[in-house]
Amino acid sequence: MSEWAIEVSDLTKSFNDRRALDRVALQVESEHIAALLGPNGGGKTTLFRILATLLQPDSGSARICGFDPVTAPDRVRRVVGVVFQSPSLDKKLTAAENLRHHGHLFGMRGRSLERRIGVMLERFDIDDRANDQVETLSGGLARRVEIAKGMLPGPKVLLLDEPSTGLDPVARLDLWHQLDEVRNTEDVAVLMTTHILDEAERCDRVTILDAGCVVAAGTPASLKGQVGGEVIRIDSDQPQAIVERIGQEMNLTADVVGRTVRIESPEGAGLIPKLAELLNDHVQTITLGHPTLEDVFIHQTGRSFNREREE
Amino acid sequence: MSGATAVQRAPVSLAVYSMWRRELTRFWRQKSRLFGAVATPLLFWLVLGAGFGGSFSHSASATDTDYLEYFFPGTVVLAVLFTAIYSTISVIEDRQEGFLQGVMVAPVSRGGIVAGKMLGATTLAMAQGFLMLLIAPLIGIPCTLVSFAYALLALFAVAFGLSGLGLMIAWMMESTSGFHAIMNLLLMPMWLLSGAVFPLSDAHSLIKVLMYANPLTYGVSAFRAGLYHSAEAAPAPAAPLTACILVTAAFATLMVMGSIRLANRPSRNGR
Repeated sequence: MSEWAIEVSDLTKSFNDRRALDRVALQVESEHIAALLGPNGGGKTTLFRILATLLQPDSGSARICGFDPVTAPDRVRRVVGVVFQSPSLDKKLTAAENLRHHGHLFGMRGRSLERRIGVMLERFDIDDRANDQVETLSGGLARRVEIAKGMLPGPKVLLLDEPSTGLDPVARLDLWHQLDEVRNTEDVAVLMTTHILDEAERCDRVTILDAGCVVAAGTPASLKGQVGGEVIRIDSDQPQAIVERIGQEMNLTADVVGRTVRIESPEGAGLIPKLAELLNDHVQTITLGHPTLEDVFIHQTGRSFNREREE
Repeated sequence: MSGATAVQRAPVSLAVYSMWRRELTRFWRQKSRLFGAVATPLLFWLVLGAGFGGSFSHSASATDTDYLEYFFPGTVVLAVLFTAIYSTISVIEDRQEGFLQGVMVAPVSRGGIVAGKMLGATTLAMAQGFLMLLIAPLIGIPCTLVSFAYALLALFAVAFGLSGLGLMIAWMMESTSGFHAIMNLLLMPMWLLSGAVFPLSDAHSLIKVLMYANPLTYGVSAFRAGLYHSAEAAPAPAAPLTACILVTAAFATLMVMGSIRLANRPSRNGR
């Protein structure tokens, strides 16, 4: 058995001319929560579907608990729980009926199945709604049933595709509570795709995927360490003019993302008074902060993380 | 931890049972379907039966059954067709709503999933066929237990074949939007040209060819023959009864095998 819960190397997949994954490598340790972070269209869902045995890669290899999803899909299915982005519950069935049906598909039955359903309902705090049809549940509750369903057969690996999509902030926090609970009570590795930076920040390990390529991977802290020092952001109407000005007068390099000028510098705070004095007229706000995962992304790609929002 | 970690190879029978049960539960919870599947064919029967009745009675039909009676078995088959097709077509919804994704990542053969779905559709179709058959004695079809049993058996084969056909169509379709075209261009003509509405013997020769080529013609004939098993004068079947039974059984087998094979085929794009 492999020491990694998930091990991916050189994985490549194209759709017609578009390369969705380009020699992607990724490892997830057991009992870790790992994030696959990237903007929409970065290839996250493609990788997710390959690991879930629903899509075949063109080349490269993937192993889940040592099993290959291409050559041994049924063995992979037996050790993987999958939570899809779009709900996979039958809305006309109750929460308990959905779990029971899923258990049957995994060969579980009888009293041991009922016992396991009971454990899951209790763990995800849905036992009081167990006999309600799923269509009457809120989005947050339904997502809990989804995770309970994925965890029901006792998988070694739980895959989640954008688990917080469509959830309000309270339900999002709750989701995290549930995932921590899963990790603490079951011997399972979690891999989630996400385009939400805060969510990736909470994971043990983050792999950043952009345009089908891994641009960075590591713990959130080590990734942010790569950026170096602190990050100054200057919001302005004329970002290009500012970049030229500080290049000439202060010998600083900066990049422009949208209407924001970003300066990565080890001496962060000390620069602010000088910048304020020099740029005085053109600046709306200057902020100083520790690097975030967004800075890591910009640092690696030179582009803003949420491109769609700006365009 | 519970013994759930040691996931064994899931037995197909359990998956078939679970999918079958889901179909029944869903149907029961959608009351409009319950109503529509029986009411529509009954309305057809009354309106068309009463409308055509006058002109039909002058035709050269060998029996002296009146048209409402002639049209009745056809109506039962229509109810079976509606239910079998509507139930299996829900595979498309399953796919769009994501339910099928959850099923596809389970360690169980796709054939089992499809078989459960077909069995569910067949059961629902049969339940409605059964309910409608209870009307038969009231309109003068001389029913005995034996004829009732024969009729149900024939209806079962018809329902299974149509469920398989519906599933194959649904499995290949991307969305429900194309479904109406299929219904109007394939399934309704299939029913209209099956001897359900008018007997083969009365048809124009070109239509006759189409009717002979239509597998449902034999199903309707077998069902009609079963229903009139205990009657003195039965409407003539489209072909010798043995042939009707054989074709119907073969059609059902072919459709069931076909849809299981289709489902077991690995998908290219992972949908």
